[in-house]
Amino acid sequence: MSFRIIVLAKQVPDTRNVGKDAMKEDGTVNRAALPAIFNPEDLNALEMALNIKDNVKDATISIITMGPSRAAEIVREAMYRGADNGVVVSDRKVAGSDTLATSYTISQAIKKMGKFDLVIAGRQAIDGDTAQVGPQTAEKLECPQITYAEEVMEVTDKKIRIKRRLERGVEVVESTYPCLITVHGSAKECRSRHAKRLMKYKLAKSNSELQELGQDYSNLWNEKPYLKIEEWSAADIMAEDSRLGLTGSPTKVKKIENVVLTQKESKVITPKDEDMNELMKELISSHILG
Amino acid sequence: MNNVFVYCEVTEERTIADVSLELVSKGRKLANELGVKLEVLVCGEEIKDIEKMLYPYGVDVINYAKDSRLFPYQTLPHFSIVTKLFQEKQPQIALFGATSVGRDLAPRIASFLRTGLTADCTTLEIGDHTENKTGKEYKNLLYQIRPAFGGNIIATIINPDHRPQMATVREGVMKKEIFDNSHKGIINFLKVEDYVKNDDFCIKIIERHIEQQKINIKGAQIIVCGGYGMGSKENFRLIHELADVIQGEVGATRAAVDAGMCEHERQIGQTGVTVRPKLYIACGVSGAVQHRAGMQESSKIISINTDPKAPINSIADYTIIGDVMEVLPKMIKYYKANTK
Ligand SMILES: Cc1cc2nc3c(=O)[nH]c(=O)nc-3n(C[C@H](O)[C@H](O)[C@H](O)COP(=O)(O)OP(=O)(O)OC[C@H]3O[C@@H](n4cnc5c(N)ncnc54)[C@H](O)[C@@H]3O)c2cc1C
Ligand SMILES: Cc1cc2nc3c(=O)[nH]c(=O)nc-3n(C[C@H](O)[C@H](O)[C@H](O)COP(=O)(O)OP(=O)(O)OC[C@H]3O[C@@H](n4cnc5c(N)ncnc54)[C@H](O)[C@@H]3O)c2cc1C
Repeated sequence: MSFRIIVLAKQVPDTRNVGKDAMKEDGTVNRAALPAIFNPEDLNALEMALNIKDNVKDATISIITMGPSRAAEIVREAMYRGADNGVVVSDRKVAGSDTLATSYTISQAIKKMGKFDLVIAGRQAIDGDTAQVGPQTAEKLECPQITYAEEVMEVTDKKIRIKRRLERGVEVVESTYPCLITVHGSAKECRSRHAKRLMKYKLAKSNSELQELGQDYSNLWNEKPYLKIEEWSAADIMAEDSRLGLTGSPTKVKKIENVVLTQKESKVITPKDEDMNELMKELISSHILG
Repeated sequence: MNNVFVYCEVTEERTIADVSLELVSKGRKLANELGVKLEVLVCGEEIKDIEKMLYPYGVDVINYAKDSRLFPYQTLPHFSIVTKLFQEKQPQIALFGATSVGRDLAPRIASFLRTGLTADCTTLEIGDHTENKTGKEYKNLLYQIRPAFGGNIIATIINPDHRPQMATVREGVMKKEIFDNSHKGIINFLKVEDYVKNDDFCIKIIERHIEQQKINIKGAQIIVCGGYGMGSKENFRLIHELADVIQGEVGATRAAVDAGMCEHERQIGQTGVTVRPKLYIACGVSGAVQHRAGMQESSKIISINTDPKAPINSIADYTIIGDVMEVLPKMIKYYKANTK
């Protein structure tokens, strides 16, 4: 009996470096304008999966990422660190998804993979910042959820015991399978790339990537099937079009505004003794201080 | 019918959480504007004086699922109760705290009801909308306004065609306000067996350690906030020292917290606490939008910064251009010498 772990990983624009062209007029993100990275908490999720794989016999890890075809980079990165295989769910129809449409799409991809024991997601993606996709995917799969996981305390092929990080403390819970876990950023950091795996998976590619490079892998894939990064369309995962992308998203962006500073009239003061004493006197006499 | 609903969280001390009372206060205003009732849902064991606690904030109906199995919070039983109640009562708006409970529960509910959910709203307003393509008009929608994209933009999100319109809001963002001390509502006890299944308790809680909130900077009148410009944990002691003498609380920016100068509970901003003190002293703080989001409503702001162009200065009432290591000791010294 094998034990199947599915890790959800998102390629995100690095919101720590946002420029002017980051948003398109319709309020969606112009991903092309930003460097794309592995969502940080999804790396924590991958590490938790790898840790479970270290402890449970015959465990396999599959990655699912939804996004443009370049998201195959995420699958490759995960392979370098220990994932067995991965799928990019990519289709023009899923563009502009809110979290409801995203979780629907992801849950359809999970269903296509067949039986699973654990789905492990990050708590939150740094671009949308909602932390909604994990719990919504669990609902669509009709399985229990354990959010904010920080540490696996105990794991067998029958059940798992998890420490959760809450706002003001911790909670230890136990669940059987199947179950969905979301992983908190305070969990263990992901192990780095493994040199041998890097060599092995360096040439792993998806169909779109090969098309772009003008390469043909049909022979290579026959010989080394692990070099294939699957790509699934909406039709492949048997998704209903009405539940995908902008059409399937109940939330609509009405307006986007850049944050502007409203200048206040500010009194500028030097650190000289006289100035400081004057300021403190004013603060105390006007009862702002004291 | 089609009332405004707030899901109320129950604290370790078996009271209603502050964040829920803040949402109730906001919910009351929305309900008034829409001409509907304000209902809450409480799931938990015995809570003393629940009516006295909630009615003054303007609650018209308390839906109360009272069962000792419902505390502490677990996803599935609470999920089953809320979804069934919402199917019966068809709320138009449903608000949840953006807490470890609300952010676990609300998305699962929205997914089940196939409706929209907006995370971490900072403003909620009622407004109209005309669909550009079809010209279709919508009256009295909930504008769900949230910072997004790392706080660099403010997005107004609407959910025109699905109900309820769901949103989460962080603690401290809305104001907790008594509506009317003599306001009275009714209480509706739910028959818990009709709402939850035994399977809902499939996850076992083995252990819990929840600490009482030790640090509470949310209600402080004076806050001295240290940023990355403090330079080191040693220098950061000056922030504590000034806060001590002027009887304020210590806050910090994320950069200062990440650098280990201060504990996370004191972080102010979009991913920390929102504060609105009488006086806010920002020391070595640049004033990134994510930080300002949590403090810009302070009544008076003093900025101490070596850089005259630091963005924080433009929202400050007083800007001291100088080194914190020079300025802070002077403030402490003057205050000690001239008060008491
Ligand atoms: C500025 C902005 C604001 C937004 N606000 C809202 C909002 O309030 N409500 C709303 O419904 N939508 C909102 N969205 C849309 C939302 O970002 C997208 O639906 C997105 O696809 C998923 O949401 P998230 O980024 O918040 O992910 P989260 O829910 O924070 O992600 C949690 C975890 O789910 C997994 N995951 C998420 N997306 C993927 C993916 N594409 N592939 C694989 N795994 C994934 C990852 O493990 C991730 O760590 C917003 C988008 C933007 C750009
Ligand atoms: C999604 C997201 C969420 C975030 N949430 C938050 C949040 O909740 N809270 C938060 O604070 N940040 C948050 N941030 C981070 C935020 O963008 C900034 O990086 C952070 O606020 C910067 O902190 P700082 O002002 O202390 O540091 P810096 O930006 O490094 O500023 C240091 C300042 O100190 C001044 N200075 C240096 N030396 C001295 C001296 N000797 N004397 C006086 N002044 C000096 C400098 O001129 C500078 O202005 C978030 C970021 C993201 C992307």
